[in-house]
Amino acid sequence: MNASAIIFYAISAFLLGSGLLAVTSRKIFRSAIWLLFTLVGVAALYFWMDVNFIGAIQIIVYVGGIVVLIIFSIFLTQQSGKEMPRPMMKRTVFSILAALFGLGFSYNLISNYGFTANATTPFNVSVSEIGTQMLSTTSHGFVLPFEVVSMLLLAAMVGCIVIAMKTPEQKQSAIRPVPVQPEMPVNIEELIITTITKKETPEEV
Amino acid sequence: METVPLTHILFVSTALFCIGMYGLFTRRNLITMLMAIELILNSVNINFVAFNKYLYPYKLDGIFFVIFIITIAAAEAAVAIAIIINQYRTHQSIDVEDATELKF
Repeated sequence: MNASAIIFYAISAFLLGSGLLAVTSRKIFRSAIWLLFTLVGVAALYFWMDVNFIGAIQIIVYVGGIVVLIIFSIFLTQQSGKEMPRPMMKRTVFSILAALFGLGFSYNLISNYGFTANATTPFNVSVSEIGTQMLSTTSHGFVLPFEVVSMLLLAAMVGCIVIAMKTPEQKQSAIRPVPVQPEMPVNIEELIITTITKKETPEEV
Repeated sequence: METVPLTHILFVSTALFCIGMYGLFTRRNLITMLMAIELILNSVNINFVAFNKYLYPYKLDGIFFVIFIITIAAAEAAVAIAIIINQYRTHQSIDVEDATELKF
């Protein structure tokens, strides 16, 4: 066992330990901080596997973006010092059983498969290589998913603003707790029908 | 470098996936369930990078999958937090048992 292997097992122990604490801690803010440590551990694993660009993306997007977003939403919605209620005993037991069964089953499959590692060619993962292949329009380029995912980000941004925006009724009800219900117009159908026919008749003539 | 076999990396990512699954099953708070989903997505990313590095080192397909998954996960987290904040505004609770009428 050389230094590289020792570093790998240390990173893995750190990753799994903080991940376990992130899903079992009963204070929600501590849970978010353990999630941050887990994501940093995943980034360390990427650096260990020589994919520095992905490790940097992991730190920028997850640690700098998503965890900060989660902490903001915790502050907006929760009293962060309060403990969350303990989950039901039956649910905990069955979840542990399901997770352990999944782990055992998958690991049994993985260990019996016998992967043959391809150690002859070096792993070239420089940033220029990634950029060239991502924007190339030949048969192994990724320019179409790149454009599609940019449209997806735009749609998600617009959707977030629309979902989280306060409607005028909510703003009114924040000032005035009991909104006055306006009286319905009596014959609204007749009104619509007459306007439609008024619009259509000049065009026919 | 090659002293660590591929199966050990796969074991780490499977364990992380099962931890995320356990969190998704036991938590009843929407924000903590979102954290569990992030753990699951990260375990999948570890798998992609490990397979690419060990089995197909002359290609970059796994790296591209990881980049796109990270992008989509960021969009998904943003939309989920917008929905959570909107639900808190109307129901004063982000427990998943109270989210029975999640419609506009």
